[in-house]
This record gives sequence, structure tokens and C-alpha cells, in this order.
Amino acid sequence: MPSTPRPILRALLGRTTPTRTNNNRIRSYSTAPSNARLNHSRTPNSSSLRSTSKTSRINLFQSVNAALSHALSTDERVLLFGEDVAFGGVFRCSMNLSSQFGSDRVFNTPLSEQGIVGFAIGAASEGMRPVAEIQFADYVYPAFDQLVNEAAKMRFRSGVWTEGKEGLTSMACGGLVVRMPCGGVGHGALYHSQSPESLFTHVPGLRVVMPRSPLQAKGLLLAAIECPDPVIFMEPKILYRAAVEHVPNDAYTIPLSMAEVLKPGSDVTVVSYGTPLYNCSAAISAAEKDLDISCELIDLRTVYPWDRKTVLDSIRKTGRAVVVHESMVNAGVGAEVAATIQEGAFLRLEAPVQRVAGWSTHVGLVYEKFNLPDVARVYDAIKKTVEY
Amino acid sequence: MELGVPATRFRSLMFPSVHFPGAVNSKFTTALDFERPSEKPAMPTYRYMDQDGAIVDKNREPIDVSDEEAIKMYKDMLTVSIMDLIMFDAQRQGRLSFYMVSAGEEGIAVGSAAALNPADVIFAQYRETGVFQQRGFSLDEFMSQLFANCKDYGKGRNMPVHYGSRKHNIHTISSPLATQIPHAAGAAYALKLQAAQNPNEEPRVVACYFGEGAASEGDFHAALNIAATRNCPVVFICRNNGYAISTPTLEQYRGDGIASRGVGYGIETIRVDGNDIFAVHEVTKEARRRALEGGGKPILIEAMSYRVSHHSTSDDSFAYRAKVEVEDWKRRDNPITRLRKYLEGKGVWNEEKEKATRSAIRKDVLAAFNRAEKEKRPALRNMMEGVYAQLTEEQEAQMRQLRDIIERYPDEYDVSEFEGGLDGLGVKRS
Repeated sequence: MPSTPRPILRALLGRTTPTRTNNNRIRSYSTAPSNARLNHSRTPNSSSLRSTSKTSRINLFQSVNAALSHALSTDERVLLFGEDVAFGGVFRCSMNLSSQFGSDRVFNTPLSEQGIVGFAIGAASEGMRPVAEIQFADYVYPAFDQLVNEAAKMRFRSGVWTEGKEGLTSMACGGLVVRMPCGGVGHGALYHSQSPESLFTHVPGLRVVMPRSPLQAKGLLLAAIECPDPVIFMEPKILYRAAVEHVPNDAYTIPLSMAEVLKPGSDVTVVSYGTPLYNCSAAISAAEKDLDISCELIDLRTVYPWDRKTVLDSIRKTGRAVVVHESMVNAGVGAEVAATIQEGAFLRLEAPVQRVAGWSTHVGLVYEKFNLPDVARVYDAIKKTVEY
Repeated sequence: MELGVPATRFRSLMFPSVHFPGAVNSKFTTALDFERPSEKPAMPTYRYMDQDGAIVDKNREPIDVSDEEAIKMYKDMLTVSIMDLIMFDAQRQGRLSFYMVSAGEEGIAVGSAAALNPADVIFAQYRETGVFQQRGFSLDEFMSQLFANCKDYGKGRNMPVHYGSRKHNIHTISSPLATQIPHAAGAAYALKLQAAQNPNEEPRVVACYFGEGAASEGDFHAALNIAATRNCPVVFICRNNGYAISTPTLEQYRGDGIASRGVGYGIETIRVDGNDIFAVHEVTKEARRRALEGGGKPILIEAMSYRVSHHSTSDDSFAYRAKVEVEDWKRRDNPITRLRKYLEGKGVWNEEKEKATRSAIRKDVLAAFNRAEKEKRPALRNMMEGVYAQLTEEQEAQMRQLRDIIERYPDEYDVSEFEGGLDGLGVKRS
């Protein structure tokens, strides 16, 4: 399925220098003009995850690799497979793992997403903890039936069985994690940019997780592998090689279905997850300076089942909400968050909940910067909400 | 041979092996020949006894099945057949919502299951009641599932005939076709690794059942391919019964059945007479042995049969096939009558035993039927539980909402059928 044109793949992998144009400016499809005031994003503060262990400065693909390496070394039930996983994966997340843990546990599969996920479900149903990789989230759809009709429903349809010593409590597929790189990178166009989380958040039985940073990725991935429910683990691929973070060398988990308040504030709550958090952070800085307000920023981290309490508590305090995500606005995560807010905090709301998300279209190659929520759009939404 | 080189050397010069990675054993040729599968002979169908229950090859060793085991197989098939008749009628009377019978295919299910070890893991489609019966799934267990009562392992969540039991190592049936086939490959891989990690445990295989229609799904192809490349100890058992609901095999595929596909995936394959329970038993036993050979590999069995029954209680097959065709098949050949003839030929079965056995089974089925029908539905909380390992905050809130609406509109809902009534929801008043 990864019929990626070579130049695109190379650029996504960050192996080649981007082409330079005559005026020596890097040609990118999605860079803001140099005189733009808002559309430069900044890194949001990461949680100060306290740890006594030593840390390493690593980026997101390295932290995914570290989490996988830890899981493989401490639990012989853990398997890792997918297309091109053995040589390290096209994004290098499984680098050196096949040589370290053997080709029985870390291996290539034939090119079939429904086969990969179906195989993983079967292995999980007999007590393994398979981590299956879908090369790009854009290619997960052949596996949709397996995820929706099988993984999500397996425990429910088999019934709940008494917990045994062997851990086979029912014919469920806990331990199953389906990893997939997602989101725009500036030149992925229709089939290397998608972020299909809301197709999975509609499915009870699945947990949908999206980390924002290396530190988060390691803790959330290890929690996903331990989780008794199947987890869709979406990795924003633009962050794989973005900023490094101090990540503890030791293993740790970050609880699933628990949001994090990245920055406290009193006038408006911005709710997001994954890559747009960086734009949200930049927009908040600008808005706080320009409008003399204080904004709260929340990272959902797990998109479903999501932490409704943290969000509602925040809105009850601020009375205003902006929800931001990269995927299309129609029937997106923002719709669910906005509906929950109006149900749970209606009397406290000072303004309609704003959604800033991808427009209801596909990601055309040269239009990405107009399509994905940028700093200007988040800034504007905050402004409108405050001035409503 | 004017060049003065030996013939073999000449041929290898003329037709050296290719070096393309995709087909390393291929040789070059100058003949422009297309493979024409339609001109090749079809794969033969293995059998042990004929329609009259007589051993076809008198010179071969008798199969490794004792009379006692053969009678157990016979009784298992008979039980399925009698339960099918009773439940089909019960559905027609409106006493349960749906049913699927196995008529014509009892031999494939019972014969193959009897050749497996009880610890072997099974994934089934929906017409393998005989597998459950052979594994000791009791009449009460069948009936509890069919009536979706509080003793149903599936907690009243599934349509009838979607059995499943961890106790019997059979995964729960799901309606989507073919989805279980890649599961079987993955589960077999799990068993293979577990056997390597615990050398004291006896190696196990996975057996996976599906129909010839399901084999058109992508899942089938993905599963066979991944099972072959990962050397998974799995026995794929295709029941080719001639029909996918109304679609005959002629409109389902153009190749030589499903068996020819196994060959394409590099999988050892055999076609067997599905009405010959001994042949099914023998090839399954051999398939199991081979599946565990040399670290593991998949095997494909295509068991040929004829779906005597309608697809399900929702289907009237005489809308698309002649009644006479079905009557002919019933008269001509059938796994149950064939084994009966064999047993009678050996003098270990007779009309008297037949009558007594049939009447005992019928009595047992009806008793279990009556017990199950009287049971309550499972508690209402089972509507939400089991989706996640633990109820989510959202689900708990929704259960309180549901309780609230039922309490405020008591005339609109009847919860008395359910265990514990409204309290079975397990949430307090909101």
C-alpha cells in the first residue's frame, strides 16, 4: 500500500535536503511568509515529569523506539511487526529492534493492512501483546473492518470471564496496539497527511491516543501496551524529528484517558492534542499579550475515551472554549468536545464554543497551509471568543 | 548436440535459472506459453469410503478410528442434526429470532474437530455447530446462547448460533465473513512462540473454518499469505458447500475451487470429500501433524459438500435452486447416512440403536430447550460492560441517564425479564 513516490518518501523521512529555489529560499509548500506575525509556532511547555532516573535528549521517533525496546525487553509477549519494520521502519521507529530481539518478535509482514491488524488481533487473543505498525494512517482503511468489528467488539461479544492466573480473562485483545504515523508535514498531500482519529473515536471498545512530544510518546506508548483494551496509537509524523526533549531513560507510563493542563489560565480554555498544540501555544502567547487575557491550554492526550472532567472543570472556570484539531471539522473530535461542553457547562458559557480544525476538504498538496489550523486561526478564534 | 556438450549441460545453458528475486527457481524459456489453468486437471478429492459406507481402497490400512470413536462421531452428527430440526421449527414458531442449520456439513465439522487436540485453538465461521458439539459444548450451553439468557457466555449480546467458549478453546463467532482467518494466523503464531518459550508444553495448532464464499474476502488472502510467510501452525479448513447464500460457486470463482489458491500461496493443500467423515478426520490429523513440522507451517483443506439446508432461517433457497436438486443430494449422499451404513456394515449399529439414540437425543434437546427458555435475560448492565475492561466515566453517566429515563417512563419499558430488573443496571438513581 505505501505507493509513496520516492521523492516524497525521502522528504518525509528527512533524508534529503529540500530543493532550493533560485532566490535561495527553501521551497516548502507550507511555510508562512517571513513577515508573518502569528504563524510561527512555538513549543508548548511539557509537563515536568518528575523522575529520579537519568534522561536523554531524544526526539519523538527515538522515544517511540525507546518505549518499544523497553517493552520488548521486559515482556516476552510483546511483538512488533508491520511493513518494513525489520530494517527499522520508514520513520526509523523500530531501528535495531529486530537485531536486538530477534526476527521472531520483530519482523516484516506482507503488504496488507487488514492482514497485519487481523494477525495482531489473533495473536493478542491468544495472550501476546502485539504492536502492529501501519506505515501511514492514510493506509489504515483496509484494516477498518478488523478494528471496528473485531478488535473493538471482541471482549464484549465473548462475554466477561472470570479472571484467571494466566491473564486470559476473556477472549479479548488487550495488549494490541496499532501504531500509525499521522498528520500533515507540509508536502504529504492527500495520502500522506491524514489524521483519521475521529473515525476511531466513534467506536466504543477502542482507545485512541495521540502524543504531543517525545516525553509523552514514551509514557503513553508503554501505557498502551499494558492496557487491557486495544489502542490506536497515532504518532504525528511531523514531530518525529522535531524538537528533542529530556526523556527519562527508565520506563514510565502516563495514564490513558487523562488530559493534561499544559498552562493554567482564567479567561478561555483551548483544548487540543498532537501537533496543533504548538500552534495553540503560540496563539495563546500572542493573544495574552495583545488582548490582556489569560488562557488555559489542555492536551487531551487520549482522544477517546476522553477526560471529560478535566475539560468541563476548566470551562466552568473560564466560561469560554476553543477546540483545535488538525483533521476535518465535520463530525470531528471538536464536535464531540463542543457538544459535551454545552451539555455540561451551558450556564457557565460566555460565548459559543469555537472549533478550529481542518476544513471539510482533502489535503491538497499546495493548500496545506490554508487548510490546517495555524496560529492565526487559533488566535482569531480566541479573540472572537473573548470579544463575543 | 552438435556443440559437443552433454544434453543436461546444454539445457542449463539454454535455460539458466533467472536471478530475479521474486521467482528464484524460475527458468528462462523461449516458448511463449501462457499458463492455462482451465486446461489443467482439477485437484483430486480424497476419500476413504464411498456413498454406501464401503472402503474404496480395500488394500489400504484401515483408518485409525475405533468403533467406539466412530459411534461417538455418529452421535455428535446426529445431535447436531436433531437439534437443527428442532431449532429451525422453533424459529418458525417465533420462539427464537434466528437459526442456522448444518445439514450436509455435519461430517466436516465433527470429523475435523475429532482429529484435533482439545487444547488446539479454533476459529469458526457460523456453520460449525458440530465442532462445538464434538468439543463437549453442552446442550444447555447451546440453548443458553440461542435463547440469550443469563447463562449465555456472550451475555445475551450476540445473535443466535454465535457461540464461543474459552473453556472449549473456541473463539466467539462474529458475523462478518472471513475476519477470523487472519486471527487464526496470528493466534497460531502466538501458540508457536509460546511453545518455543515453554518447551515443556505440548505444541498446539490453530484450526480455522470458513466457507468458499468467505474465501473471496481480502481477509482470506491476507491470512494465507501472512501465515505462509510467518510459518504459522494453522490448519485452514474451507467448507465448500456450493453456495454463498444464493450465489453458486460458478459465480464465486473461476479457479479450481479454493484449494488451488493454497498452492498459489505456497501452502500444502488437500481436497477432501466432506461427506466422508473418515476422510475428513484422516486429512485433518495429517494436516495437524504437518502444521507442526519443522517449526510450523499452514495447511489448507478444502472439504467438498453440498448445503442441503437453506442458508439460514431468513433464507428460502428454493427461490434460487430447484427443490429437486436438494432432494437428489439428500437421497444420493449425506455424511450421516454414509457413516450409518458403514457402522451397520460392521455390525456395530442397527435400526434399534438408531431409534433409541434418536429418541434420547430428542428428549435431551427438548429438556435443555425448556430449561433455557425459562431463564431470565442477563442483567441490564451487560449492555455496557465488557466494551472496555472497566466501565468508562462516560458509560457510567449514560447508565444513570438510562436508569433515569426508565424510572420516569415506567410504562414504556419492561425490565422484568432481566436479572435484577432495573437494579441490574448496577447504578444508583441519579
